[in-house]
Amino acid sequence: MSAPLLSVEGVTVDLPTPRGALRAVDGVDLTLAPGSTLGIVGESGCGKTMLSRAILQLLPKRARLGGRILFGGRDLLSLAPEALRRLRGPELAVVFQDPMTSLNPVLTIGTQIIETLQAHLGMDTATATQRGVELLAAVGIPAPEQRLRQYPHQLSGGMRQRVAIAIALSCEPKLLIADEPTTALDVTVQAQILDLLAREQQRRHMAMILITHDLGVVAGRTDEVAVMYAGRVVERAPTPRLFTRMRMPYTQALLAAIPKLDSPPHTPLPAIAGRPPDQTRPLKGCSFEPRCRYADERCRDAKPPLADPERLGGLFACWHPL
Amino acid sequence: MAVLDIEGGGDTAIVSTVRRQRRVGALFIGSVAWIVLIGLSAIFADWLPIASPTDMDLLAKRAPPGSENHILGADHLGRDELSRLIHGGRVSLTVGLLAPVIGVTIGGCLGMLAGYFRGRLETFAVGGVDVLLAFPPLVFALAVTAYLGQSVTNITLVIGVLGIPAFTRVARAVTLSLSEREFVTAARALGATHARILIRELLPNVALPLLAFFLLAVAVTIVVEGALSFLGLGVPPPTASWGSMIGEGRDSLDIAPWLSFLPAGFMFLTVLAFNVVGDTLRALTDPRPGAL
Repeated sequence: MSAPLLSVEGVTVDLPTPRGALRAVDGVDLTLAPGSTLGIVGESGCGKTMLSRAILQLLPKRARLGGRILFGGRDLLSLAPEALRRLRGPELAVVFQDPMTSLNPVLTIGTQIIETLQAHLGMDTATATQRGVELLAAVGIPAPEQRLRQYPHQLSGGMRQRVAIAIALSCEPKLLIADEPTTALDVTVQAQILDLLAREQQRRHMAMILITHDLGVVAGRTDEVAVMYAGRVVERAPTPRLFTRMRMPYTQALLAAIPKLDSPPHTPLPAIAGRPPDQTRPLKGCSFEPRCRYADERCRDAKPPLADPERLGGLFACWHPL
Repeated sequence: MAVLDIEGGGDTAIVSTVRRQRRVGALFIGSVAWIVLIGLSAIFADWLPIASPTDMDLLAKRAPPGSENHILGADHLGRDELSRLIHGGRVSLTVGLLAPVIGVTIGGCLGMLAGYFRGRLETFAVGGVDVLLAFPPLVFALAVTAYLGQSVTNITLVIGVLGIPAFTRVARAVTLSLSEREFVTAARALGATHARILIRELLPNVALPLLAFFLLAVAVTIVVEGALSFLGLGVPPPTASWGSMIGEGRDSLDIAPWLSFLPAGFMFLTVLAFNVVGDTLRALTDPRPGAL
């Protein structure tokens, strides 16, 4: 394996709240090789978005960040703001969850794409416009010349997300972070957007982090999957391995919570009982213990490390793997 | 997860080639016409075939409207009322347009910076604005005119400075809510500088509410200028201004009521026109129909 493009080492994010510091991300380690894709899966509030914001260095001002994030050999935490700014766009880019709010409502699509190109790549208006049309065509927008003159509210949700992807791709980033890129979209459009992302990722040999709460989304489109729970990575394995042989009860519960097409109508969906733990009051043991049906004394008393005791190529944090 | 795969752009929205029909009422057209009429006559007052606003025709003292030589009558010194209304409009419009420009420039910048950067800057800006708001405006106007003298420039400065707090608050409130939006984060994620985010991302969004508020401020300023002139703090005589004309006409309300009512009517129509235009423009230029 080549030198990692991104390596995240023991990253913690603390958010101050009136009830004390909330540990949103709790000692996460990740590595990502150039051109590979990583899926980060977990339920709402498990810290996946905070982790992505930490990588982008776009955390809320009051948040405290610990650990080390190396991107292309540079430590993002100690990088000067100006150097960091230059990194965003040409090296690091992001697609957000909600295309309704991630585009500026009062600027045309064209202005938003063209200005990005001009600012980062120093193109003149004519070249940038030409490139903008190509980009829109590449993300599957028909009649791109016309679209350039339109405002975001004149486009459908799927269209807007395509535009957001086009803007993110405009400077040929080395790493694209897609933060729940399909959550706000219609189911029929979701597959198209995911395939578009996968296609562009392959074509540009760009690394991608795909964040989602839907295991189905990462299934065919990532090389590796990390499952997060309560700020920690609880299982990490190559995608095919994870789906054939998942070890962590939480991963299994997540997969069970996906509705099946072939189940009869009115089949109750197996939800995970209970609620995620209060992250201002860290548990001594495994954070999934209160909701886990395999839990016992040991789970209550000691936190299982993320390890690979069987040397099968998948990491998991559980005392009682499946 | 759906496994539908429609090749490239199945989610085409129909391109709306028909522009949104923009209907404007007769009230709007009338308002624009009035503003244009008042504006043009104020600009070209010196070239219009009207009497000088300061020439006294003592034989025509308090002549009623419709008199020979004085279409709208003459005041207690026999000065032509129409001419004084037009020249007074010049003062009212100059002050009414320039003072809010001061407010919108300084207040808008201050408010946007405070709303975007937050922190200590915001504390200072909001604190400063509160101090300015708490300061009695009439005392401020008196102090300035006492030390710097009465002139159109000074009146404009006084009213302009007094307008800063309102603009700061509007700009800050709008910027605060916009800064939370994802497109600002998206711009930062694309490596945009603070200046770029403020000017290209936030300003176009803040400009619309500020413009609507600006037109409202024009209307208010015309009234305020009138009130100051009425109190004798406005432009010095013999220069005409609608407010001072109302004040001068007050002495003869019983025998020549038109001397007060004519400038009051002009002021009323102008203020109304600016309000109507402001409202309509805001409704027409809002690019966010309904949701978002």
